[in-house]
Amino acid sequence: MSTTLYDKIWNDHLVDQQEDGTALLFVDRHLIHEVTSPQAFEGLRNSNRKVRHPNLTLAVADHNVPTTDRTKGISDQESKIQVDTLESNCKEFGVQLFGMDDKRQGIVHIIGPEQGFTQPGTVIVCGDSHTATHGAFGSLAFGIGTSEVEHVLATQTLVQKKAKNFRINVNGTLPLGVTSKDVILQIIGKIGTAGGTGCVVEYAGDLIRSLSVEQRMTICNMTIEGGARAGLIAPDEKIFEYLNGKPMSPKGENWEKALEYWKSLKTDADASFDKEINLNANEILPMITWGTSPQDVITIDEKVPNPQNEKDEDKKNSIERALKYMGLTPDMAATDIKIDKVFIGSCTNGRIEDLREAAKILKDKKISSHVDAIVVPGSGLVKEQAEQEGLDKIFVNSGFEWREPGCSMCLAMNADKLKPEERCASTSNRNFEGRQGRGGRTHLVSPGMAAAAAISGNLDDVRKYQN
Amino acid sequence: MQKFNTLKSIPAYLPIVNIDTDMIIPKQFLKTIKRTGLGKNLFFEMRYDDNGKEINDFVLNQEPFNNSKILIAGNNFGCGSSREHAPWALLDFGITCVISSSYADIFYSNCFKNGILPIILEEEKIKELSEYANRKEEIAVDLNDQKIIYGNNEIKFEIDPFKKKCLLEGLDDIALSLKKSDKIQNFENRLKDKRPWVFND
Repeated sequence: MSTTLYDKIWNDHLVDQQEDGTALLFVDRHLIHEVTSPQAFEGLRNSNRKVRHPNLTLAVADHNVPTTDRTKGISDQESKIQVDTLESNCKEFGVQLFGMDDKRQGIVHIIGPEQGFTQPGTVIVCGDSHTATHGAFGSLAFGIGTSEVEHVLATQTLVQKKAKNFRINVNGTLPLGVTSKDVILQIIGKIGTAGGTGCVVEYAGDLIRSLSVEQRMTICNMTIEGGARAGLIAPDEKIFEYLNGKPMSPKGENWEKALEYWKSLKTDADASFDKEINLNANEILPMITWGTSPQDVITIDEKVPNPQNEKDEDKKNSIERALKYMGLTPDMAATDIKIDKVFIGSCTNGRIEDLREAAKILKDKKISSHVDAIVVPGSGLVKEQAEQEGLDKIFVNSGFEWREPGCSMCLAMNADKLKPEERCASTSNRNFEGRQGRGGRTHLVSPGMAAAAAISGNLDDVRKYQN
Repeated sequence: MQKFNTLKSIPAYLPIVNIDTDMIIPKQFLKTIKRTGLGKNLFFEMRYDDNGKEINDFVLNQEPFNNSKILIAGNNFGCGSSREHAPWALLDFGITCVISSSYADIFYSNCFKNGILPIILEEEKIKELSEYANRKEEIAVDLNDQKIIYGNNEIKFEIDPFKKKCLLEGLDDIALSLKKSDKIQNFENRLKDKRPWVFND
């Protein structure tokens, strides 16, 4: 029978299948961080259980860590306890940890690929919804809750039900200045934040194949914002080349065996999908979010919606509520939205190519005098690479602050946050109420668009700044 | 885990769609290393003003909804972050049943690990039930019979049989999975042969 890539990975990980459809699935790779793991370890201790395969789990502190000078440690006591707890749990249970002073430290979804821990055809989980990122490698990667983290630690498996197959085809080529961030924002706008609920999405089409490994990660990363738990892309030569020689990639004979298996990971030509949509890449424009849900997207050429034009009462209320929170008036032009802050970073857009894209726009330019802007590289290795390329100087010369790696202002658990009513052009993934700080207003954009907004002082069209 | 069997309560109605887990429990409360104590911060941003005082307009601050065990809400409830702190906060507040027309997958799954029953109903039925919240009248939930009883009416709801069993019996699913240790071991032996690189040795 013809099967999809998701079917194949699922079938290759079935430990047990119950009659009611509930399955026990083997987990090849488990990533943990300080926020969603302490209660899981506590559960293990209380039940006298061990970690079944400590070397299939990798730990890093990312959500709570300061992005400023770290020599004095973490000043926030609660954050410090959480980071210290991760360290002591890892020691007690024998799990490898990249500590705060390790240059490999960074956002959990950036370090996995960087180290070659992320591999095609694997089942990867993490107590974080953006685990979908790793699907760019042709793995089945999804976020789980803390009870499930405990389950994986104890059993190296997870109780799951098979999801539906949903394929999103993107064909054509992207116009100048349009990136994979704009593609995924467009997709979320089209399907809505619950559009993928109960599904695993496979991204396909010639545009997807033409994207770099990092650009693919941006797309898979935000799959969760469309409601699907996992998004994946069939692995190809770009993926194999990326992984070759990474510290945790298979070596020698194992590399050859792995490669042979990885090359078999694709959807059969006549496989059927429960749902399928098509997008034309040529028609995608630079996107922004105007509201408080990632589905609230418009192009930079468009106007903020007017609730009066909405007939559905729930939707109308929802637009009104979002506009009020965002401090916007109906029908105002996107480019009239003045900003106070710019944040470049996160597991969505904190990789080296993202920083290059922003730096290209910022070179020899100054940011607007009323804008505060920070760049938070996704990992210590991204930071090091950027510094070798002199990107840090471009950012600093333009007026940005150059920070230490972590999740930072994407969720504002550390000191990096918006004040009430402050407005931010952000390369992160969620524009929920209060996400970047109580009362803070977030507009999701690509790194190039964030750079353009920093220069102009308002949301602006990155194409204006393309050479 | 606390067993779930039957429940009777005046439901609280929160007519907002896409309630995300950041709304249910904002990030500043994720710094805990415990599962308990989050109830006072449930829906924090909507529930308290800048000075930390309760906002009277917010439903869970009002009698009798401050004692509701059932929450009725708009569609796509629990979207966004995977934080299990969201069901922990609901549970700690005293809410053990949520009724919505749809849920985000991770939140839905997290509920069952904590003895919370998330019921899916059609929008129309939700509007009907919300009237009971408006009139401050009790409704009853019976998991075994998979029905909600309100006034002289009943609505049946669907639930996965395995999840239902776990809730009714308060089962620890790690213990259940560990009973399959032989199967896991067999799988791992086959895996070492077929895809040896996975073991990261």
